[in-house]
Amino acid sequence: MSLVIASDLTKIYRAGDIEVPAIKGADFVIEPASFVAFVGPSGSGKSTLLNMIGCLDHPSSGTLTVLDTDIAKLDRRAAAEFRGKYIGFIFQDFNLVPVLTAYENIEYPLRMVQQWPAAKRREQVMRLLTAVGMEAQADKRPDQMSGGQKQRVAVARALVSNARMVLADEPTANLDHDTAYRIIELMRRMRDEFGTTFIFSTHDPKIMAEAEVTFTLEDGRVLSRNNQQEVAHA
Amino acid sequence: MLDVLQIAGRNLSRYRRRTLLTLLLIVIGMVAVLLFIAVTGSFKAMMVGQITDSVLGHLEVHRKGYVASIDTLPLNLNMQPGAVARVGEALEQIDAVETWSPRVKFGAMFSNFTETTSIRVNGVDPGREAATVPLLPGRMIEGARDGALVGKGEIVIPVLLARGMKVAVGDTVVVVATNRDGSVNGKTFVIRSITEGISGPGGRDGYIHIDDARDLLRMKEAEVSEIAIRLSDPAQLERVTGVLRQALAGGSNPEAKPVLEVHTWAELSPFASLAKMIDLMTVFIKVVLVSIVLVSVMNVMVMAVYERIREIGTIAAIGTPPSRILSLFLGEGLLLGVIGTALGTAVSLAVIYALNVWPVHFAFGQQQDLVLAPEIGALQVAGIALMVVGVALLASLQPAWKAARLDPIDALRHV
Repeated sequence: MSLVIASDLTKIYRAGDIEVPAIKGADFVIEPASFVAFVGPSGSGKSTLLNMIGCLDHPSSGTLTVLDTDIAKLDRRAAAEFRGKYIGFIFQDFNLVPVLTAYENIEYPLRMVQQWPAAKRREQVMRLLTAVGMEAQADKRPDQMSGGQKQRVAVARALVSNARMVLADEPTANLDHDTAYRIIELMRRMRDEFGTTFIFSTHDPKIMAEAEVTFTLEDGRVLSRNNQQEVAHA
Repeated sequence: MLDVLQIAGRNLSRYRRRTLLTLLLIVIGMVAVLLFIAVTGSFKAMMVGQITDSVLGHLEVHRKGYVASIDTLPLNLNMQPGAVARVGEALEQIDAVETWSPRVKFGAMFSNFTETTSIRVNGVDPGREAATVPLLPGRMIEGARDGALVGKGEIVIPVLLARGMKVAVGDTVVVVATNRDGSVNGKTFVIRSITEGISGPGGRDGYIHIDDARDLLRMKEAEVSEIAIRLSDPAQLERVTGVLRQALAGGSNPEAKPVLEVHTWAELSPFASLAKMIDLMTVFIKVVLVSIVLVSVMNVMVMAVYERIREIGTIAAIGTPPSRILSLFLGEGLLLGVIGTALGTAVSLAVIYALNVWPVHFAFGQQQDLVLAPEIGALQVAGIALMVVGVALLASLQPAWKAARLDPIDALRHV
């Protein structure tokens, strides 16, 4: 069963009388536990697609099914609940809560979104801290961490509530090249370890080469789908 | 809830200077209000106590029309023995009445044999008067302070009169009065003691024995100008007034109007207006406090939301329900209110304690060397504290609502 199914998906932004089409009839399918990249230049519609898959935005027309749920039918509260349950987010600017430590940032979704019991929460947070190699920095606040460390914490936060899918909008844009590779490598390792689908956007050709499935976007259209594994098998 | 408050506390510590400034404003407001209430409340209680316990009593009964003409102390509006007996019977039926005292009041001329001046004289039953206005014996600043308040043939005069007429304790003086029929009579008295001045009606009155008063006025019957009443619990004043008015409403004059009137001390003393003014000022200062808390907390919360829009977008994106975001910001307002209230209360109580350890002495009208001993009740503190916390919550409601309603995408794009 596919994780994400988009059919003739369209998104139009309106500014007064002016209509700006951001996505024009996109069709694609994303399978579970895949490592997917949406690539394309700025303004091609990558972020808009990720926002819709992440239930942050609604399509203007067409259908978008995520985990068998038509996301167009989710209201604000239901969408928040859906995101909290099934979707993790990684942001370009890390977006950690500055007053919380690494441990507390990772714990946040379990504490404020899902309300796990304390003991179970601690066990899960420690597991993720260890998985991303940040157990020694558990008590550091974001302003005491490097960019790479912050993004590791963000990866752990995205995974901590056993999300089925993690969406990462340009997760390496603010990192140096080596760190960016290490983060992509970490994300892939997490996919292997937890079976979580990772969907990220990038316009860095070297980073996009790390994806197993790549959707190329241009001017709001999905131009091509490239599956590295299928190519390798062929 | 604890999770929300913990994170709210962390967020407040993020902008330490701003948080401290807001807390300082709340503390200053709290201290101003609590001190004002404590000081004015104590002043009011002290003045009311002085008035009721040394002059007026809590309630007074007069013949109808007497109070309207009280400046002339009209003898033709005295209560006759039958009416006095009726009042006495009615008072016997009311548990809250501790005691009562009949008075004969009249205007007279006071002479030291070389000079003459006017005086308001109270003819009193010494034992009952001392029980009804128990602070009166303590107001004697010269002469006898123990024993009966005043004996037959003795007079107690106010200090202003004593100084003006250059008389002292033990001197013989003459009091000359005109009776109801217009004939003049005089009687010599020995000055037993001199009372301190007190502001308000009756504060400069002289006292003689009620039998001397009747004798001087050549009364054929035991008339009474007024009956002063002391309650065991002043808080019962309103209830007792109602009961007594009802009990005395039965008798009526030929015009079918009640013969007797009941007045509370507040209706007889101009200080009641001052007390009302103090109450009004208390309301005003509470409004100022509410404004301070409202403006300062709302300001800090609006800033907090504005500066954390991206952060709000992040927590909304990862699934934090709008209600939880709302409670996070309300939690910050609540903490500001609670911490500000706690600190404000602590500082206020410390200052009130200090004012009791090192009391402030002051003069009010004729009264010198009054001691201010402010005190405040737990209920009053709790009421103000609840008001401040409630206003702090109210002030955070709009910014919190805005935060909860933010669109995650717009918030994440915010620069």
